Amino acid sequence: MNDTICAIGTLVGESSINLIRISGNKSIEIVNKIFDKDLTKKESHTITYGFIVDEKEKIDEVLVSVFKSPRSFTTEDIVEINTHGGKAPVKKIMELLLNNGARLAEPGEFLKRAFLNGRIDLIEAESVSDMINAKTESARKMSMKGIDKEISNRINSLREILLSLIANIEVNIDYPEYEDAVIVTKELINEKNIEIKNKIEELIDSSNNGLIVKNGLNVAIVGKPNVGKSSILNSLLGEEKAIVTDIKGTTRDIVEGNILINGIDVYLYDTAGIRETDELVESIGIEKSISKIKESDLVLFVLDSSSNFDYEDKKVLDNIKNKKVLVIYNKIDLGNKKVKELEKYDSLNISAKNKNCVEIIKQKIFEMFNLDDISNSDFTYISNVRQISLLKKCLKISEDIENEIKKDIPIDLMEINIKLLWETLGEITGNVYKEELLDEIFSKFCLGK
Amino acid sequence: MIYMKYDIIVVGGGHAGCEASLASARMGKKTLLITGNIKNIADMPCNPSIGGSAKGIVVREIDALGGEMGYNTDKTLLQIKMLNVKKGPGVRSLRAQGCKVNYPKEMIKTLKNQKNLDVEENFVKELIVEKNEVKGIITEDGKKEESKCVILTTGTYLNSDILCAHESYKGGPHGEKNSMFLSESLKKNGLKIIRLKTGTPPRILKSSINFDEVKIEYGDNEKLSFSNFYEPTYDVENQKPCYLTYTNPETHKIIKENLDKCALYSGMIKGVGPRYCPSIEDKVVKFSDKDRHQIFLEPERSDDIEYYVGGFSTTMPHNIQEKLLHTMDGLKECIITKYGYAIEYDAIDPTELKMNLETKKINGLFTAGQINGTSGYEEAAAQGLMAGINAVLKIDNKSPFILKRNEAYIGVLIDDLINKGITEPYRLLTSRAEFRLLLRHDNAALRLTEYGRSLGLIDDEKYSIYKEKLKKINDLEKYLNNNFFENNMNNNNYLKNKNSSLINGKIKLIELIKRPEIDLQDLLKYLNIKESKEIIDIVETNIKYEGYINKTKSEVNKMLKLEEKQIPEDIDYNKVKNIATEAKQKLSLIRPITIGQASRISGVNPSDITMLLVYLKKEYNNE
Repeated sequence: MNDTICAIGTLVGESSINLIRISGNKSIEIVNKIFDKDLTKKESHTITYGFIVDEKEKIDEVLVSVFKSPRSFTTEDIVEINTHGGKAPVKKIMELLLNNGARLAEPGEFLKRAFLNGRIDLIEAESVSDMINAKTESARKMSMKGIDKEISNRINSLREILLSLIANIEVNIDYPEYEDAVIVTKELINEKNIEIKNKIEELIDSSNNGLIVKNGLNVAIVGKPNVGKSSILNSLLGEEKAIVTDIKGTTRDIVEGNILINGIDVYLYDTAGIRETDELVESIGIEKSISKIKESDLVLFVLDSSSNFDYEDKKVLDNIKNKKVLVIYNKIDLGNKKVKELEKYDSLNISAKNKNCVEIIKQKIFEMFNLDDISNSDFTYISNVRQISLLKKCLKISEDIENEIKKDIPIDLMEINIKLLWETLGEITGNVYKEELLDEIFSKFCLGK
Repeated sequence: MIYMKYDIIVVGGGHAGCEASLASARMGKKTLLITGNIKNIADMPCNPSIGGSAKGIVVREIDALGGEMGYNTDKTLLQIKMLNVKKGPGVRSLRAQGCKVNYPKEMIKTLKNQKNLDVEENFVKELIVEKNEVKGIITEDGKKEESKCVILTTGTYLNSDILCAHESYKGGPHGEKNSMFLSESLKKNGLKIIRLKTGTPPRILKSSINFDEVKIEYGDNEKLSFSNFYEPTYDVENQKPCYLTYTNPETHKIIKENLDKCALYSGMIKGVGPRYCPSIEDKVVKFSDKDRHQIFLEPERSDDIEYYVGGFSTTMPHNIQEKLLHTMDGLKECIITKYGYAIEYDAIDPTELKMNLETKKINGLFTAGQINGTSGYEEAAAQGLMAGINAVLKIDNKSPFILKRNEAYIGVLIDDLINKGITEPYRLLTSRAEFRLLLRHDNAALRLTEYGRSLGLIDDEKYSIYKEKLKKINDLEKYLNNNFFENNMNNNNYLKNKNSSLINGKIKLIELIKRPEIDLQDLLKYLNIKESKEIIDIVETNIKYEGYINKTKSEVNKMLKLEEKQIPEDIDYNKVKNIATEAKQKLSLIRPITIGQASRISGVNPSDITMLLVYLKKEYNNE
């Protein structure tokens, strides 16, 4: 990690200004070689106006920012060059940097350095990476919370409760004659454990929202051929994306489009009608539809209100049984047939030809996923699979502690799971470090003879 | 070959030095113990107690390996009790009040009677080192003594300063002559020296204490012993009690008014002191919300003249020390016999050491005890024993004797010192041992006596006592496994009395004992079976907590797998990609032998270990 890396931080060709970032112990020295002012004397966190030069030739008029170690994103010396837009100057400046000893950064390498140098914890690192990939405003807000340390703070506040409990138990054990420490009882452990368990449950519940904010909702529109799936998609998208004809099996591929409902990305997949067919192309489409259904968060099951629930409809139903389903009775202008077997699902009566159907469907999806909660909330969600699985492990340990409290077990043994819970929470933020415990013990209690 | 009078020279006659020289001599090596003052051999310059939480288990371990501290304490103790009886089987530990006169007296006797061991009063000025190999020592009076190994156990005597009020003078504990030159000799040989500090409270005349005003604390009523082999001889009925009194707002006021007069707060002290032995000044300043602190009055000797004022370590001027003590109940007219002081001393950064306690830079030079940055008599004795054993093994070209973290507190102690280094004098705590459920008081002999035997430190007599106990344990376990508790009137009444649910038909005794409300000692009494409490405790713990013990053992196995993964000696950590900067520096400095050891170095995180494993697999095809 001793070398100096550089990369272009903006999308070249799309913006009117480009940013080149250089990090490493030689970054100031390298930029200084190709800049017409002396950077070595500059204070940290200053901006200098000047020209990038190649020998005597002026390449571009730029602003150069200097961030000195350790007060920078990577904790190394960082130099940022703001150039004019356009490909040519950026390309030339990058060439000059590489020729003067910098190396092209690998994807994510700045972030990795920040993490390895201890500047950010795991959650922050994961959030920065989410931020870069954020597509919607909500996803951006959520990853910002991660960078802001809000998630780390929540986990850390749980760890603090546990740490002071553990420290207290240790003091009881290591200083049995010391009177000032509260003797930790089962009642006390129970009280703290319930508090922590509830908070972990809250985090897990909200993590489902977190995944929706981060990845969006995948909605598959299914139904037997010619019930109006493509019409519904087009209405939702407000454009003619799927080809709508009266001929069965027109949609042979999956048509995608996405809309925003309250700031949440909703991906729509119009699937080929599912039916038995000998035609090769159509059957490939059907297979694809089935796999799309598996990946979706919601299935819109479209039925024709004017015709009976038949063998083909039933076939579709077989494929969506384990999913969250919204039944859409389309073509209500032509009939009002209802299906008994579908009563347990949410349902809507619409006519895809009618313009207001879009709002009705959006509103229903909105309700089914509590998107209202999501868009009004503070976006402190855990949205990372690694973090969620560790949280679930924590919940399990907390339940074990609950069971132990009911039995007559000495405090020393109860502490095994309390410590495990503390460590596992620490794994989420990447901070497992035992010295914390001793520091806690000696800062809280006045010990020693 | 040149005639060499000694194989091993031990420098320093404290608790580490005694164990080191005894181990070395008992393992058949010609040994010389050099000490500055023969009178101060096995001295207890601070508190008159041996054992305590975790430390008591260490004493049992020393004893199980064939060391002397446990037995010597049993012979001379004034009071003893078992701590943490109700807090769980893994944390029970003995604590004894020792006698400052008889403990050293008995130890000196043992040393003098030991074959292969000579004791000499002298000061060592310099190490003889040739090509990074120790060859012997030179004393301050210019005498040269050659040996194959040298073990330094100099305690707090290395370049030490005694500090009290605004005065400071060169000297060791009790103001005796210290070792002025050895520290320089170590520095010259490239060892990193750090400066540490510790302190001690005043001692007072027993006759000047008003015992009506203080709380009395007795020892336990049953016979207890540190020795794993021999019954204790002390008189249970005639143990000396300790007493408890408290500081009060008046005490605190005087301390705050006079802070600038004590050595600690006037900036004289540069060394780092231990957090677990704070001075009374520190307690009052750092915990200003507390309106009182506990002060323990502990007997120092069997003739009962002096008492130790535990919890009152201070560097205040003498007249202020007097004023302060006189504010407290029971001490209003007390007479001070020795004043409190602080001592600053040189120690070796323990990351300079290998796991066998030999320095990395000088072959054949071992260090043990406070010179390695620990505190406490027990920690010192444990290292002394291990250094003595390992010096002998080195001379005999045998592999070192290293205890793992799952085998003994001694293993935890040495592993922590070497891999984590220290920022303050190190004290063992139960919280440092992640497998403490396995490192119990009751099973110390089961864990370690076979090692002691194969090293030659457990004689036939001790070994046959051990074997006999082992047989009793097995017999009792067998009995409980093969016999049943049946559903009949007497048995049902027994269960009802214990608030335990009745049984259908019959169950194995071993199953019955798993019930928390059933006590094995009580059950055996009911069944008319006689067995000693020691044996019952071991068997009961193993049965009752089997689930937890197995859980801990599976954690141990995870650790041992990492211990098996060796790191090549020639590894260049600069070539390992993606490990954090701090981890890289620490790994390069400590140069761990196994992945397990690497994972315990402070500043090395789990992600660094993953990267290291990836690198080893790629570069060395290491499975």
